[in-house]
Amino acid sequence: MDAVQMVGITKQFGPLIANNKVDFELKKGEVHALLGENGAGKTTLMRVLYGLYKPDSGEIRVNEKPVQIYSPKDAIANGIGMVSQHFTLVPTLTVAENVVLGFNPGMRLNPNLVNKFVDDAAKKFGIEIKSSTLVRHLSVGERQRVEILKALYRNISVLIMDEPTAVLVPQEVDVLFATLNRLRESGLSVIFISHKLNEVMTISDRITVLRDGKCIGTVNKNDTNERALARMMVGRDTFGVQRDSEPCSGKPLLKVQNVSAMDKKGLLALKDVSLEVCEGEILGVAGVSGNGQAELAGVLSGTLKPETGNILLGELDLIGLDPQSISKAGVGRIPEDRHTGVVGDMTVAENLALERLDDFLKKGILDRKKIKDHAEAMIKEYQIKATPSIQTRKLSGGNMQKVILARALYTQPRMIIAAQPTRGLDIGATEYVRNKLIEQRDRGAAVLLISEDLEEVRSLSDRIAVIYEGRIVGILNCNEATDEVLGLMMSGAKEVVNEN
Amino acid sequence: MKINYRLVRSPAPAWFSAIIPLLAIVVTFLITSVFIIIAGANPFEAYYYFLISPLTSKIGILEVLVKSTPLILTGAAVTIAFASGYWNIGAEGQLYAGAVAAAWLGTTLIGVPQPAAILIMLLGGFIAGMLWALIPAILKVKLSVDEVVTTLLMNYVALFFVSALLNGPWRDPVSNWPQSPDILASTMMPKLFPPSRLHFGFIVGVLAVVTIWFILSRTGLGMRMRSVGMGQEAARFMGVKIGRTMFITALISGGIAGLAGVTEVAGIHFHLIDAISPGYGYTGIIAATLGNLNPFGSMAASLFLGLISTGSQAVSRSLGVPTFLGDVVQATLLLVTLAMFLLRNYTLRKVE
Amino acid sequence: MEIILFIQNLLAATLRVATPLMFGTMGELFAERSGVLNLGIEGTMFLGAFVGFTVASFTGSLWLGVLAALFAGGLAGLLMSFFAVRLGVNQHVSGLGITLLLVSLSLFFFRIIFGENQLPPKIEPFPQMTFLEGVPFLGPILAQYALTYIAILLVPLVWWILFRTNFGLDIRAVGENPEAADAAGVNVYRTRHIALAIGGGLMAVGGAFLTLAQLGSFTFGIIAGRGWVCIALIIFANWQPQRVLWGALLFGGIFALQLRLQTTGLKLPYEAFLALPYIVTIIALAITGRKATGPAAVLKPYKRE
Repeated sequence: MDAVQMVGITKQFGPLIANNKVDFELKKGEVHALLGENGAGKTTLMRVLYGLYKPDSGEIRVNEKPVQIYSPKDAIANGIGMVSQHFTLVPTLTVAENVVLGFNPGMRLNPNLVNKFVDDAAKKFGIEIKSSTLVRHLSVGERQRVEILKALYRNISVLIMDEPTAVLVPQEVDVLFATLNRLRESGLSVIFISHKLNEVMTISDRITVLRDGKCIGTVNKNDTNERALARMMVGRDTFGVQRDSEPCSGKPLLKVQNVSAMDKKGLLALKDVSLEVCEGEILGVAGVSGNGQAELAGVLSGTLKPETGNILLGELDLIGLDPQSISKAGVGRIPEDRHTGVVGDMTVAENLALERLDDFLKKGILDRKKIKDHAEAMIKEYQIKATPSIQTRKLSGGNMQKVILARALYTQPRMIIAAQPTRGLDIGATEYVRNKLIEQRDRGAAVLLISEDLEEVRSLSDRIAVIYEGRIVGILNCNEATDEVLGLMMSGAKEVVNEN
Repeated sequence: MKINYRLVRSPAPAWFSAIIPLLAIVVTFLITSVFIIIAGANPFEAYYYFLISPLTSKIGILEVLVKSTPLILTGAAVTIAFASGYWNIGAEGQLYAGAVAAAWLGTTLIGVPQPAAILIMLLGGFIAGMLWALIPAILKVKLSVDEVVTTLLMNYVALFFVSALLNGPWRDPVSNWPQSPDILASTMMPKLFPPSRLHFGFIVGVLAVVTIWFILSRTGLGMRMRSVGMGQEAARFMGVKIGRTMFITALISGGIAGLAGVTEVAGIHFHLIDAISPGYGYTGIIAATLGNLNPFGSMAASLFLGLISTGSQAVSRSLGVPTFLGDVVQATLLLVTLAMFLLRNYTLRKVE
Repeated sequence: MEIILFIQNLLAATLRVATPLMFGTMGELFAERSGVLNLGIEGTMFLGAFVGFTVASFTGSLWLGVLAALFAGGLAGLLMSFFAVRLGVNQHVSGLGITLLLVSLSLFFFRIIFGENQLPPKIEPFPQMTFLEGVPFLGPILAQYALTYIAILLVPLVWWILFRTNFGLDIRAVGENPEAADAAGVNVYRTRHIALAIGGGLMAVGGAFLTLAQLGSFTFGIIAGRGWVCIALIIFANWQPQRVLWGALLFGGIFALQLRLQTTGLKLPYEAFLALPYIVTIIALAITGRKATGPAAVLKPYKRE
């Protein structure tokens, strides 16, 4: 019997079709992997199942009966639970308190009773966790298991796990898989969203591949291998120019040496990263989101201090410099999130001037004509649909990004750090940004492009580095980097050791 | 055919945003009518005395300006602080610091001609206010201690300090009352339109507002201040030094509040007393909020609050309603305005 | 013999002075634990002092006065909740606005009800409870008002509510991570409304203590910034109910001590002593404030996506 069936699910967000008539079935007692790249539609599909999204069309059946799921409460009532990538735990409460929060009958909170229950459940599923520990003291892997306990406490029979290994170290992955196996043995069904081929091949019984919102197919694990899956995941014709240029014909300008850094949660997000960017080249850093790209951008922009390593721009060590000094040293920075890269309530002209404000001051007083002229020049050059005096938050995403581009590029920097520069932009804006980066490269600047969009990395870069779990697993010339090789590297299945 | 309207989350039309202050005033008076009725008076009569009566004579209008003077200054002080994201609740204490400086300088500047004396008084008051704002500012920038509580507590320390002075070394030897000796005639603020009490301090207030406006909108420092107040993370990314900017803001804010103390001592009372400020520092917060953190808006709000203040005395004299009604109206106006500002984010849309 | 009398006196006074601080801080604890900074505390305590006094004056019952204060404080808490939680406006400004409103309203109604007299009206305050007078050494210290005993009992009571009931769990969750609580099915708004109401009630009783027990009359300077001291006390107590008691006793002790120091002939004006607790509070904040991390969601209004 099928535990869950999703039939013909379509979900659209504006012009973007996230799920396009997707069929999906989950057998009882199986671990079923949902595989695909960023933006393939996996998370959307599961959010539909969990009641966070309402599908535009299609049907959901639980135990072969059609059901209406309009909210997580409905999902839980139907025995479906979800552990998402962002844990919904309260760090200052204990494990047991987190598990029973919002689901404890009566008025009293008896810690002995609650602790015992949680300990029993943990034991039953082989989850090693003490109910009285504060969540704050738990590792990421342990916190994830608390999330699983939360779902089990609510009597679910189907567990959805969204990219669960994205935040785990290899040892914790083993523990997670052991847990999932035990869950399967006790009759639960698991849906496992992932982009990591090796793990999918280890844990799942069946695998469904999504690509660009469509279901490509469902296979049994035993009937397939990593190569075939990679082809299903990524398989599109490469378009964009095949670059014939010699790799790194200019001088190396940026040298990143053995940099390690922690992320906001205190976990090691960059592990001994080394790379070089030459003048007149674009080095693209490819990888699925969450593998350390944000921290790499932060370290190079001056907003994140690394634990170890050097970052040399020519002769100058960038480590320890504040953002303004890095900018003045000739680094143009395009931040990952444009909404925290501009002051939304300030005007376009003000945002364009703020980074190099001293250039626009006459004895401390704003040279308003200069600021306005500069803004108008930038608006013209970068084709920004705005006036100098309009509030920046009123701009469309594409125009906001153009403001950021103008700000980063107008000083003719010799090094450009571009993090997710076309994320969330429409086709026109995307093309514009990409052409601008190529322009800078041709001008002789060194460009480091960090992007989750593999197509973008492939069509723009002269060399491609792949980042996986905080490490650079290989640096290839563009003509060596086929989709297949990249797919395998991005999923952790292959590593290319360089002599670079 | 029934047309339904729905409140949709989208910026309100400009004309609506402009009349929000007026709406807030109307709603405030509706609410406070209840209290007026309880006090046994007619609301319409009360509003007449509140808003209209002071404006019906030249003396009345000038008196409104007198009452507004300290509010214009504290309002300006709070405006520049809040606009930069620094929650200076200590304007009251900083005002007292300036008053102390004025009372002291006012008795020691013997032989100094009036224009220079007044200038020195103002400078001294500004510095005193700055010094009073220094400790909370350092604690905030160096130790990340929240400035709300520290500036508040400094207000009380200031009050005790003044009380100690007035009951001790500065007690008037002649009358034995807790008030400092009168300041020299050369240090008194000249009257602008005698016999009205309106004095030079009003000009100081206007100049302070213009200065704040100039700093915020025309200088690099001001732009950095606003960026910290409007988007600290982006400002940091763009290289603005957050701590240093906040520190400078805190000091300027304290200095301007100190000026308010000078104007009250040198313009109205001519000596220092315990009750030199019935809460001007806090009312300044109301003015800044009503003015939407815009220097000129804050000045307009200060004038309006001054009108209410003046009017409340007329209401008390004529109708027997306690003068505290004025404070009630001001506080209600603040809360109503806070709520109504939210309406700027919503529009009514027709729904079929 | 003199020393023993001095210490007994000091400890007794410490408990007395600490009482309104206990009520106020516990009240603010409910608010901040649920994620709201309630700067209306000064005004709420003032309101409690006024309401308690007025109701007691007219009904002749002190306990009715306390009850009325409790109720009025609850309403004040709901008013704060309306602005900070329902509307989601800036908590600093709305809290201050509520303080200004409650103080001016109280003064306004005081004038209307009691008129303008030279001497403030008086009532017969609470007696101290002397049933333990016989106990050696501790006897005089334990001769406290009933409300003081209640204040001390607040510690285990509030602790029990916060850590042994589901409601307390909800409060703690909502103050740290409202998204997680919401996802778990907790009603974030309702939890905060109730927490603020309870908090406001406690704060108001703290104010009523001053008029109904300590002074027996209502003066304009009755609260004199104690509300703000409570705000600092919470940071000092690291948001833990047990530590609130120690903080209140410490500051109560300094308050009490300075009164006694005035008579020892130290050549400082008595205002220096009055200012001492406030200065000590600032210093305490400087020491502890940096590492102090309160509930993570304080000052951030919660809006569901």
